[in-house]
Amino acid sequence: MSTQPDTLPDIQADRADAQPVEMLLNMGPQHPSTHGVFRMVLWVDGEKVVDVEPHIGYLHRGSEKLCEGEQYHQIVTLFDRMDYIGNFNNELAYCMAVEKLMGLEVPERAEYIRVILCELNRVASHLLYVGTMGLDAGAMTPVMFSFRGRERVQALFEAVSGARMMHNYFRIGGLKEDVPDNFRELMDELMPILREDVEQSDRILTFNEIFLSRLKDVSPITANEAIAFGLTGPMLRACGYEYDVRKAQPYSVYDRFDFEVPVGLDGDCWDRHWVRVQEMYQSLRIVEQAMEQLPDGPVASPLGRRLIRPPAGEAYVRAENPRGEIGVYLVSDGTDKPYRLKVRPPSFCNLSALRRLLVDTWLADSVVVLGSLDIVLGEVDR
Amino acid sequence: MLESLKGMMLTLASTVTGLRRPVTQQYPKQATPVKPRFMGFPALTWDGEISEPYCTGCMVCIRNCPTQCMSASMMDNPKHADGDSSRRKIVDYFEINLNRCILCGICVEYCNFDAIVMSHEHEMSTYARNGDRVDLPALLEIGKKYQEATDWIPPTVLAKQKADAAKSAAGEPAEASGG
Repeated sequence: MSTQPDTLPDIQADRADAQPVEMLLNMGPQHPSTHGVFRMVLWVDGEKVVDVEPHIGYLHRGSEKLCEGEQYHQIVTLFDRMDYIGNFNNELAYCMAVEKLMGLEVPERAEYIRVILCELNRVASHLLYVGTMGLDAGAMTPVMFSFRGRERVQALFEAVSGARMMHNYFRIGGLKEDVPDNFRELMDELMPILREDVEQSDRILTFNEIFLSRLKDVSPITANEAIAFGLTGPMLRACGYEYDVRKAQPYSVYDRFDFEVPVGLDGDCWDRHWVRVQEMYQSLRIVEQAMEQLPDGPVASPLGRRLIRPPAGEAYVRAENPRGEIGVYLVSDGTDKPYRLKVRPPSFCNLSALRRLLVDTWLADSVVVLGSLDIVLGEVDR
Repeated sequence: MLESLKGMMLTLASTVTGLRRPVTQQYPKQATPVKPRFMGFPALTWDGEISEPYCTGCMVCIRNCPTQCMSASMMDNPKHADGDSSRRKIVDYFEINLNRCILCGICVEYCNFDAIVMSHEHEMSTYARNGDRVDLPALLEIGKKYQEATDWIPPTVLAKQKADAAKSAAGEPAEASGG
């Protein structure tokens, strides 16, 4: 592994004195390992990546602008469609922003159910990551195991919210409705078998010699660099920097649970994988504790179906998504629609380090590096 | 080389220990059951007692729809003039573009008359671009199918029943919780 230059070369200057041996390689937007519609233009010298230029925007739907034209209760559906692997986490971030602006108190039972669903969503999201990471590294079996686990979680989501992915279940100030009466039985059935699925995905991949040799020491990044790039979530924790919004600035009821924040050592691809796998175990721990503490009571917002008009002002809320820290900045002018809504998408900010991570790696590793970023294009392009 | 073999052995061992009864369902041949709360395409309900739709065409669902996929109009209810129905207005025309619908369920939440439901219908692909624009008779048909399949009780009636049950159980007027 060659060392990285202190300063990144200017991309235009690079192009000007490009060596004739360099070859331009176009990867995507329909490449399976870009996990969506993402295009990378790679300049390669033999098997070495010399430069990379990402092209985004193939899935751009103008979500932030659309939010300005929708009423507050309709925007939850748009947030479902940003990070479409971690829907509940996104809904939570938006609902918390409006609640903060309105000074709303959420019923305790609703908070607990939110945490349970968000953590299960994190497990489902990381399971998907583990499976596709295996595919990116050339293993076909793990994806079958992890999709099986994710399927179980989605079946529970369907029983609770009525939809497997686009739930629209969280409301400003509470939930749409209480969980079904047999929720506890469903969870008791799900938890042991989900833990088994997680363990199986972990066992087949994490310490597999082939997988290790494919991922260890591939494009490491130091904690200082990671912070400079604004990396968050597993990307930052893999560098050994212990930062998790759930611990650093606890929101919802996260301060009532006993869980650890796994951190890596070198910040290479394998550490990013390991951190995500460990996070799944921690999420399961949180879910188990939350199920024990789950109180009775109302879950719906005291507002009911009244038109939501937050007072004029602004609010910024951050939350820990499976991919990193999501930030929702909301400006209200006192009407029934937001004046401006800005999202800090974790995938987009993590993707900004792509050039730093890819330059000077082997071409064959570029797929693995992109996979370890765990981007969701719905969120990158919004 | 040895590492590769060790890795392969781990994969093999994990695969063997991971063998369980297959859960695959041969989907198009074998229908996959949906959960009771499943949100399929929206449909209109049918009041069997008076044999007219619940919908009065008040358009509250249309105003709250995030995608503006519906349109409707109302008319005077002839059955109200005859004294058969308590509904003064009744739906005249209703159309949902199911290609535009995002199955969010907001219309159901905001309906004041229990007139719209998220049915369990989800296999409605057509070859025509406008094939999924469904009108009132089609919506009522899907609704009737859903009502029959699930023994549908209007949510407001259900909530009242629950509140009454809670009241009689507690022996005092209890507040209906958000369930």
